Amino acid sequence: MPRRPLVRVLGWLALLALLVGLGMAFGYAPREAVQGNVQRIMYVHVPAVLTAYLAFVLVLVGSIGYLASARPGWDRLAASAAELGVLFTGITIASGSIWGKPTWGTWWTWDARLTSTAILFLVYVGYLLLRAMVDEPERRARFAAVVGIVGAANIPIVHFSVKWWRALHQPSTILGPEPSPIAAPIALALLANWVAFTLLFAYFLARRVEIAQLEEAALQGAVRAR
Amino acid sequence: MSGYARRVGIVLWKDLLVERRTKESLNALLFFGLLLLFLFQFSLGPDRAQVESVLPGLLWLGFVLAGLLGLGRSFLAERDNDCWEGLLLTPGDKSAIYLGKLVANVCVMGAVELVILVLFGLFFDVDLARALPGLAVVLPLGTLGLAAVGTLFAAVTAQVRARELLFPVLLLPAQVPVLLATVSATQVALAGQPLADASAWLQLLAGADLVYLVIGLLTFEFVLDA
Repeated sequence: MPRRPLVRVLGWLALLALLVGLGMAFGYAPREAVQGNVQRIMYVHVPAVLTAYLAFVLVLVGSIGYLASARPGWDRLAASAAELGVLFTGITIASGSIWGKPTWGTWWTWDARLTSTAILFLVYVGYLLLRAMVDEPERRARFAAVVGIVGAANIPIVHFSVKWWRALHQPSTILGPEPSPIAAPIALALLANWVAFTLLFAYFLARRVEIAQLEEAALQGAVRAR
Repeated sequence: MSGYARRVGIVLWKDLLVERRTKESLNALLFFGLLLLFLFQFSLGPDRAQVESVLPGLLWLGFVLAGLLGLGRSFLAERDNDCWEGLLLTPGDKSAIYLGKLVANVCVMGAVELVILVLFGLFFDVDLARALPGLAVVLPLGTLGLAAVGTLFAAVTAQVRARELLFPVLLLPAQVPVLLATVSATQVALAGQPLADASAWLQLLAGADLVYLVIGLLTFEFVLDA
């Protein structure tokens, strides 16, 4: 397994970006007028959820890629992205919960976006559970790909159904149709953290794919030695 | 195309014949449904007004739980006597097998649901005649959604260890939209309102059914072949 200097550079870049993001979140961005310092949790919360969505898109891409080509590389991408997606969804829910307690007065509420994020979390935990239960790599890849495709296709359906079911969360301010009402320094700090999280995700993903490669190589070596 | 329809018909006929001769799923599921109605009543207490508001949810909870047991079994019989190899040797598009299995599952689930519905009306004193036109639309749509994903995931989990655990863990989060839509539409139907009041939910349900069905048809071959 050749060492990859590029991945290492990516790691240092991610660390640097995180430090810059942290500095901007606490030093550069002003204290929010209504919510106070609690609002700064947003600099983790929003980048985390955007990263999670990116991860689940990659699960879909990897799943379709694997079924279309049967190349194990696609499966490694899907599996690694799914693990990271669950991680970042967990960070999203936890940080949102910590923000919700002082702001909404409760750790959890059955609001539309909270609920659909939680369902997303459960869907991909199920995906990882399935992977853990199948030993044979090709089978595992196929089953996981099918479940990954169903899970991704379900995201918009879950989104709309839960939205109609209940709504309390403030509407999306960044990805919404209107021009963003966020003050420029806050938006800039948010952007910096988003870039940092994306870099961190890319670094984790590259490392995780490497580990998956090593695992498979080790497994094949063990089979050959026998 | 006629060959395709014929293969769908053969799988459907085989599954229904096996079910008619063994009555394995049907008998046990009917009894299970009856037990559920008793459990719901015990856990909610005798207060009629309190039970009234949750009736649609209870009804679909019963259907989903019965579906978990019934659908999860749909590929178990194929593992014995090399039936799986027989399915693999079927000429032509393998999605015909999925479609045949799906229609058979919808038939069995539909029969179970009808009986549970009648018992439900009896035990909880619900005026079913008023709700019947609405239910005639909601029930098939909901059952199709449940069975479309259920049949696909049953084929996946039939070949995996900890099957009886993994099947609900995969299916339940994927079925949240179906549950939300059917419960809301059933609420409208049981209240005797025109079904147009729930048209948004029914459209969502129909759309979800279509998405699940298409994914099932496209990916089933990969699952069967694994």
